Amino acid sequence: MAGQLSIAKALNDALRKSLEKDPKTVLMGEDIGKLGGVFRITDGLQKDFGEDRVIDSPLAESGIMGTAIGLALRGYRPVVEIQFDGFVYPAFDQIVSQLAKMHARALGHVKMPVTVRIPYAGGIGAVEHHSESHEAYFAHTAGLRVVTPSNAHDAHWMLRQAIESDDPVIFLEPKRRYWDKGEVGATADLALHDARIVRPGTDATLIAYGPMVKVCLEAAAAAEEDGRRLEVVDLRSLSPVDFTTLEESVKRTGRAVVVHEAPVFLGMGAELAARLTERCFYHLEAPVLRVGGYYAPYPPSRVEEAFLPDLDRVLDAVDRALAY
Amino acid sequence: MTVKSTARARKKAAPAVPDTLRATGTDAQPELVQLLTPEGERVEHPDYPLTTTPEELRSLYRDLVLVRRFDGEATALQRQGELGLWASLLGQEAAQVGSGRAMRTGDYAFPTYREHGVAWCRDVDPLNLLGMFRGVNHGGWDPNEKNFHLYTIVIGAQTLHATGYAMGITKDGADDAVIAYFGDGASSQGDVNEAFTFASVYNAPVVFFCQNNQWAISEPTTTQTKIPLYRRASGFGFPGVRVDGNDVLACLAVTRWALDHARSGNGPVLIEAFTYRMGAHTTSDDPTRYRLAEETEAWKAKDPILRLRTLLEKEGLADEEFFTAVDAESEQLGLRVREGVRSMPDPDPTLIFDHVYSEPHALVDEERAEYVEYAASFEAGENH
Ligand SMILES: Cc1ncc(C[n+]2csc(CCOP(=O)(O)OP(=O)(O)O)c2C)c(N)n1
Ligand SMILES: [Mg+2]
Repeated sequence: MAGQLSIAKALNDALRKSLEKDPKTVLMGEDIGKLGGVFRITDGLQKDFGEDRVIDSPLAESGIMGTAIGLALRGYRPVVEIQFDGFVYPAFDQIVSQLAKMHARALGHVKMPVTVRIPYAGGIGAVEHHSESHEAYFAHTAGLRVVTPSNAHDAHWMLRQAIESDDPVIFLEPKRRYWDKGEVGATADLALHDARIVRPGTDATLIAYGPMVKVCLEAAAAAEEDGRRLEVVDLRSLSPVDFTTLEESVKRTGRAVVVHEAPVFLGMGAELAARLTERCFYHLEAPVLRVGGYYAPYPPSRVEEAFLPDLDRVLDAVDRALAY
Repeated sequence: MTVKSTARARKKAAPAVPDTLRATGTDAQPELVQLLTPEGERVEHPDYPLTTTPEELRSLYRDLVLVRRFDGEATALQRQGELGLWASLLGQEAAQVGSGRAMRTGDYAFPTYREHGVAWCRDVDPLNLLGMFRGVNHGGWDPNEKNFHLYTIVIGAQTLHATGYAMGITKDGADDAVIAYFGDGASSQGDVNEAFTFASVYNAPVVFFCQNNQWAISEPTTTQTKIPLYRRASGFGFPGVRVDGNDVLACLAVTRWALDHARSGNGPVLIEAFTYRMGAHTTSDDPTRYRLAEETEAWKAKDPILRLRTLLEKEGLADEEFFTAVDAESEQLGLRVREGVRSMPDPDPTLIFDHVYSEPHALVDEERAEYVEYAASFEAGENH
């Protein structure tokens, strides 16, 4: 796959490859056919694979999710598109009570190879319900695997790996990065749940995922000018978490700052901070700090920049970590 | 290699459908209540008699024109970057004005995000509607001031709120009624079907007003239903009517009847206003990807405003002076909206922490204080 691809195109290619590879793979969602999805991630797929495999569903998320489960029971491998983060909640019961638990309830007799693709998080100036970061709800639910790429290469390969997984995977797509371009390698270089050190450093570890990886890379570049070498880890997988990579990094740097868009309170950062504190206690020079959204509904777009972590807020936390 | 499924090819011959099922099934011809033809001809319907004074007709015409003007202005403002998004009601003016004007002051409307014409009839300041599309608030008007609830973006959710509100009216022994607005796409949502159930079993005074504008973004109504939507009502045990949604008089008459039916303790009614979304789904949408220009063209001939104007002119119910005055008022409305939007101030970011709870909440208060201090550090020039 030579050349630079946008994340959107890399995902589109991944879906195409998955449809080609396995005739049991079917896509379902609202407006994914002729329109190609509101973000065009399924562009051209219905034309090439037919209406039976790229299915424009009725406007009902619980229906989409529930029937995807039924299709999986019948041996299909559904890939569901939820149009926007805020619209997954009508499907929440089917995801949490049914999809996540089916394998355990059936003592492994049935598999749930369902992938749920959700464009998530903010930063695109949208109206309400179009900017939610709800990863913690899903990661909190045992039975679901939860992943989120931050670049085109990972978007492509992680989606293919997610679809191939026999477990349900919540696949969160950082919508404001859809148009960011990057090289997509010829093979997946990591397993689905591995974290990636995207920038090595020595003074502190920034831990981020999805849309915040870019912010952290920018922060690290800015810090370099001040003579600070920050390591940036792209978590990629939120359940399970690759604590091996995190622990190794944090033990080296002695400081960690977790960055996400979701509210800090009971967000992914809370779990990461707690576990890293247990694992790295004697190596830590400062408490694990968190930068994230506030404990408030996602605000109107004209003030969303104040809500979203940016370079300044990340560096502010780094300053505090280094000041201990 | 592309692998297409063979499922379609394997369709079997279906067993015959008993005649008794056919009568209420997919084959019966849907009836469309119409009082004003696309050609501007006034016709009668035995079940929905309507007497109107010339003044009422002129007033409806004025509503339609001003609502369209407001909508067009908002679309233009979006293009100019003043709004982040706009969901146009173009083509649906009659459905909204007809149903909106059928309401009494004490009645209550629960809109989607496209009910600008209903808002107009409820006397909601058009500028209120633009705040959320500009991104300065999430609605923010007081729903109880004009009995017009906040716009609801999550498809179908408001139909349950409308039903619960109507259940409250019954408990109060009041004779108000509620309209729940929703779209053809929304008819597939569980919430909407649950609203039908609750309204039916509790005999709630709610009118379900479905604007079937033929499209849910890129999906035609056939993706949502195999029978005309108004027939869904019978399965839930209440009446359903299909009305010409581009006919303001029919929408007025049928909704008035339905509201009275509901407020007199007869339970809910489903109205399917058969209309058309003339524009894109929203300003972010590109309908050329999924629908033919000819289809939109054909609906132009059914324009809701044109037919009323034809009637007014043909019957000599309005003179040139009237039309000129409406046009002038329309210009003024456009100007007011334009200036109002441009001078809408950007909110202070601390609005993030406002109204999260009605009583103090320690964490919200703490984060607000942190934010204020952090923001102040920039003004003092001590940060990066
Ligand atoms: C629960 C939910 N799912 C998906 C969406 C995205 N969405 C917004 S409008 C729309 C189509 C709605 O169609 P319809 O109900 O016919 O109303 P119309 O837009 O035509 O007025 C969709 C899918 C949403 N807002 N809420
Ligand atoms: Mg519609």
